Amino acid sequence: MIVSRGFRGRRREGPPDRVPPGQYLTDDFPVLSAGPTPHTPLEEWTFSIHGVEEPVSWSWDEFRALPSEPVTVDIHCVTRWSKLDTVWEGVSVDTLLEAVEHDAAYALAFCDGGYTTNLPLEDLTDGKAWVAFGYDGEPLDPEHGGPARLLVPHLYFWKSAKWVRGLTLRDEDEPGFWESNGYHLRGDPWLEQRYWGD
Amino acid sequence: MAGTAVLGRLTWLSASVAGTVVETPRVKTLELDVPGWAGHRAGQHLDVRLTAEDGYQAQRSYSIASAPGDGLAVTVERLEDGEVSPYLVDEVREGDQLEVRGPIGGYFVWDGDEPAPVLLVAGGSGVVPLMAMARHRAQVGATTPMRLIYSSRSWEDVIYRDELETLGLEVVQTLTREQPPGWSGYSRRIDSELLSEVAWPASDSPRVYICGSTRFVDAAADGLIELGYDPAWIRTERFGATG
Repeated sequence: MIVSRGFRGRRREGPPDRVPPGQYLTDDFPVLSAGPTPHTPLEEWTFSIHGVEEPVSWSWDEFRALPSEPVTVDIHCVTRWSKLDTVWEGVSVDTLLEAVEHDAAYALAFCDGGYTTNLPLEDLTDGKAWVAFGYDGEPLDPEHGGPARLLVPHLYFWKSAKWVRGLTLRDEDEPGFWESNGYHLRGDPWLEQRYWGD
Repeated sequence: MAGTAVLGRLTWLSASVAGTVVETPRVKTLELDVPGWAGHRAGQHLDVRLTAEDGYQAQRSYSIASAPGDGLAVTVERLEDGEVSPYLVDEVREGDQLEVRGPIGGYFVWDGDEPAPVLLVAGGSGVVPLMAMARHRAQVGATTPMRLIYSSRSWEDVIYRDELETLGLEVVQTLTREQPPGWSGYSRRIDSELLSEVAWPASDSPRVYICGSTRFVDAAADGLIELGYDPAWIRTERFGATG
């Protein structure tokens, strides 16, 4: 063990069953994005599911007419901040997937600005993931991914792709944007799967 | 070039502080001696891990400031309520030990092998990864046109103030809070009007790297898009209040 002389730390660790290893708590909501913030008008916005025999697409009004639910979850960013009890409103990915016939095992989420992220469908189904359009009782800010972002709180937050516009269902896993740039293929914060090889 | 050439696990390496440079009252550079470090690309960052005597650990990410061919250095800004940055800026001295792993990030990088002109836009300590690019360009003798637009609060907050004059790139500074007597540079926040005066024309299809706070990055990126820049040319790195 390499001890850094004189380092004590502030130890704002929080409840150990809620703050994964290597994370610290913040009350802020930092923003990380690889490019400019897109501003797609709602009348041009759609959410689509591709990679199936009969692809589906919802306009913003159609999407907002789907059943949605409030979600209170802890979120964990690979840059080490965790934020507890964040409150979202979103449509469950289960609800969206009910509209297609498929036997896929993986999905690649695609977004305005060209960003993509890959996920096993297991991580997107059974009440584990949402397409969120509200945060803290307000419409989701563009800088935080509005009008809508993926919300997959049990994985590092880069998987909760901002400005999401749809899913491509796939038989095999294909690395998305950050996953092609050094970050872990799955990103489980409790296993500290931050980078390639973790 | 796709991805970093990191194939195996990034392991924690022991680092010793070979030297420190006080850049501003709030900012310090740590030169690190890291046996086994595999090298880095300009724009990448690394993780630092500190361990207290009782085993408590804290980790943070910091941008690499040095050129790929020139050792390993990080530049750290002290965040007043931070846990790690006050230690690195105020406590650490030559010979101290810490751990690092990296390099990390394969997107916000510039390797110097593209002919397109490069526009660097920095807010405060967002200049650090951009400095690695400017140093890399100078070190390899690249002739790629490179221009840095750099916003600081005051003259004493300008990181790398003297060295910036020696790297052979164009530097446009704006001091947003306080200007020294006789200041002839800009004194307002970066917006599309300022950018229209100093950024490369969109017809040059520049490569753009913007680093700073979220608000700074969004203002600069939106301003460039207003000038006709393709969003695909613009790579951003934003820092929130992490300490």
